[in-house]
Amino acid sequence: MSAVLDLAPGTEEGIATALRNAAAPLAVEGNGSKRGMLRPVQASRTLSTRNLTGITLYRPQEMVLSARAGTTLPEIEAALAEKNQIIVPEPPDLRALMGAEDAPPPTIGGLVAANLSGPRRITGFALRDAVLGIRFVNGAGEVLRSGGRVHKNVTGLDLCKLLAGSHGTLGIITEVTLKLGPAAARTATLAVPVEDEAAGIAVLSTGLTSPYGITGAAMLPAGAAVAGLSGPLALLRLEDVEASVNYRMGRLQVALPGGRVLEGEESRALWRAIRDASPLVPGEGEAVWRLSLRPSAAPFAVGALRAAIGARCLLDWGGGLVWAVGPATESAHAAVMEAARASGGTFTLFRAPDALRAAIAVIPPEPPALAAIAARVKAALDPAGRLNPGRMRAGV
Amino acid sequence: MIALPLPKPEVLGRRNEILAGLRALVPGDGVIGEPLRLRPYETDGLSAYRQMPLAVVLPSSTEQVAAILRFCRDNGVRVVPRGAGTSLSGGALPLADAVVIGMMRMNRILEVSFEDRLAVVEAGVTNLGITKEVEGQGFFYAPDPSSQLACMIGGNVMMNSGGAHCLKYGVTANNLLGVKIVTVDGDVLEIGGGHLDAAGLDWLGIITGSEGQLGIVTEVTVRILRAAEGQRAMLAAFRSTEVAGAAVDAIMASGVIPVALEFMDRPCIHACEAFAHAGYPLDAEAMLIIEVEGSAEEQDVLLDGIRGICARFDPISMRVATSAEESAAIWKGRKGAFGAVGRISPDYLCMDGTIPTGELPHVLRRIGEMSEEYGLGVANVFHAGDGNLHPLIMFDANDAESFRKAEAFGADILKLCVEVGGCLTGEHGVGVEKRDLMPVQFTAPELAQQRRVKSAFDPDWLLNPAKVFPLEGNGALSVAAE
Repeated sequence: MSAVLDLAPGTEEGIATALRNAAAPLAVEGNGSKRGMLRPVQASRTLSTRNLTGITLYRPQEMVLSARAGTTLPEIEAALAEKNQIIVPEPPDLRALMGAEDAPPPTIGGLVAANLSGPRRITGFALRDAVLGIRFVNGAGEVLRSGGRVHKNVTGLDLCKLLAGSHGTLGIITEVTLKLGPAAARTATLAVPVEDEAAGIAVLSTGLTSPYGITGAAMLPAGAAVAGLSGPLALLRLEDVEASVNYRMGRLQVALPGGRVLEGEESRALWRAIRDASPLVPGEGEAVWRLSLRPSAAPFAVGALRAAIGARCLLDWGGGLVWAVGPATESAHAAVMEAARASGGTFTLFRAPDALRAAIAVIPPEPPALAAIAARVKAALDPAGRLNPGRMRAGV
Repeated sequence: MIALPLPKPEVLGRRNEILAGLRALVPGDGVIGEPLRLRPYETDGLSAYRQMPLAVVLPSSTEQVAAILRFCRDNGVRVVPRGAGTSLSGGALPLADAVVIGMMRMNRILEVSFEDRLAVVEAGVTNLGITKEVEGQGFFYAPDPSSQLACMIGGNVMMNSGGAHCLKYGVTANNLLGVKIVTVDGDVLEIGGGHLDAAGLDWLGIITGSEGQLGIVTEVTVRILRAAEGQRAMLAAFRSTEVAGAAVDAIMASGVIPVALEFMDRPCIHACEAFAHAGYPLDAEAMLIIEVEGSAEEQDVLLDGIRGICARFDPISMRVATSAEESAAIWKGRKGAFGAVGRISPDYLCMDGTIPTGELPHVLRRIGEMSEEYGLGVANVFHAGDGNLHPLIMFDANDAESFRKAEAFGADILKLCVEVGGCLTGEHGVGVEKRDLMPVQFTAPELAQQRRVKSAFDPDWLLNPAKVFPLEGNGALSVAAE
């Protein structure tokens, strides 16, 4: 499904014009680092936002930044670092996981369109929650806005949420306005050796039900290794002012004895690796799934995935996020679907060969009543079906 | 006054038949048709607007809600969902030809899980009721609208409610995991659940804050959080609103986000002090209440830091609480602000715009000028950390001219909010109150796009119509009105 014609306008109006003039459906992307995610798009031409670049507004005191969709994550993070600020949900760079090492870094538009969040999601904020406003072009080529640049806004239907996570199927995001947070003065991680997933989730739960404001709760299962650490290991992160991290780490160590404390860059490197799921880079013939479920269901889900397909796993969000790597086969996919269903959660196929991901449901099917609404919502934003056909579901 | 669409005569004419149909679906005393019992439902927190509904129905289960909606759709009857009726924007204002679906009988807590840090509750459980259920284990539900004693979680979801503490913990949308929602066709959809992120489109996100336009929420799964070890407040008073605004910026830029950062101007300080005797500084032009969390030692460190920042702005006075009692005393006036203004003025309109925080001094100056122009008093209380402004415009509801001026003054404030880069509503919703101002913030194609999404869920515009979207250019409603 490689695109033969590639459009990459440098202006929002250029994107709108390209859409209005499009005679056939388009594959929409930023830098293409997540092209291998979900289903292959059924389009012969690509429309990219990669030339729509630049930070258009940065007000550190208001903790607000706007950037055109093609601006890369490292560029934004560099600007924020100068003012000691961060994007709280710490969106990942999944190029290694996706086998897209040669692609340029992910764009902010692509990350928002996929609503990808890292370990700090556990504090309550997904990337979609950090989106204060967007500009986008709908399938009819109209330039529209939703939200704005202020921190609290309930004016009208929140199309930002609908566009975030729509993978370019409802509109092309051209500019994003993000809510920022302060970078913590100090970060430290408590790494606690555990027996198995059940014990690991119990440790994470102890941290997350403590009053100490945990900002990362992940688990390396047996066999997983990262940043010089090897599982099974439960990991709890603290980020705050110096005095708070000192005090809280002391209290955590009393509650969870036997752990080791990682400081500064060692801690930061560890959480970058967890954010990017880099301990799990798949080999030849392997696929990557992500399951979102109740933390208490994680031990069962991991057990089921191991028994059924010999999956290698990584757990984040207190156990509520399970990354799994296993054989890229339809039967393995069926086993993942079943594990997600049996644990009351949901799944997304992140990476697989084109033939497999074109043949299966890469996200759970919607019940008929919701599917009917989804079809009407799609038609409300993209009446001619020009945007990323087949990306999320066959025939949509 | 804001116009409502003409009632459908064929619906009004079939009132008895519709009541009988509803009684077949909801047995017992769950269907109300007598004028005396309908009266409490004629208005909500925006009490200047009143309209008796066709009927009120009080379902006890999701199945009943589904049956009611199927019946209403089949009969072309409009519905208005209602929680506790605390909406300040008229979100639950009835229509003459509409059935009000009141959710107060669906008030069961279905599940609490501390290991998964969530609670599953019916839509009619109160906001504070969730916290009451889990506080014994040290947990709480974070969003805290002023009406939290009365307001219901289903309404919170529909309006994406905020509160004074959402600076740190976020608004309803950030604390929500799932909903059970009934569509206009009577289909029951489970959106989200116990997990954090959805696969596929973010239905939960578009439903949250949709003001009853897309469906009726019957169950809600919320995140519950472990409370910090303690919290403590301080008060800082300044010589001008500009200086106080600069202090807010400096606090936010320091890298420590307080749990709450509230701003009151001189009229508000005076009204609250007269009401609550909280010891507020009457010589100040502006006052901040700042709250931090943590252990006693952490509170000391954080409050020392904030005190140091405030000290750079030549404060008239500062008062740091040394105990929970002293914190409560500092909050006492702020929490009673609406009641306090109610004491000095027969009526007031509570506005709810949001502005970029850097615009605060300019906006307060302009509001002061408008207050002179309109000849109406205004007191400002403000969630300063996130720019959410609540001007309280004082007027006399027995004087039609006074009310007309108050509405015009409020509209001018909201237009100003949009002009400086903000929005019409930060947490109260558009409802009927701000409906006709929507074209100030959105272009015609933007409004048309939102309407098309609404139509995708509710093709015949039966769900809470005449709210959110202006009637002009609204195909479904103008046809109905002809």
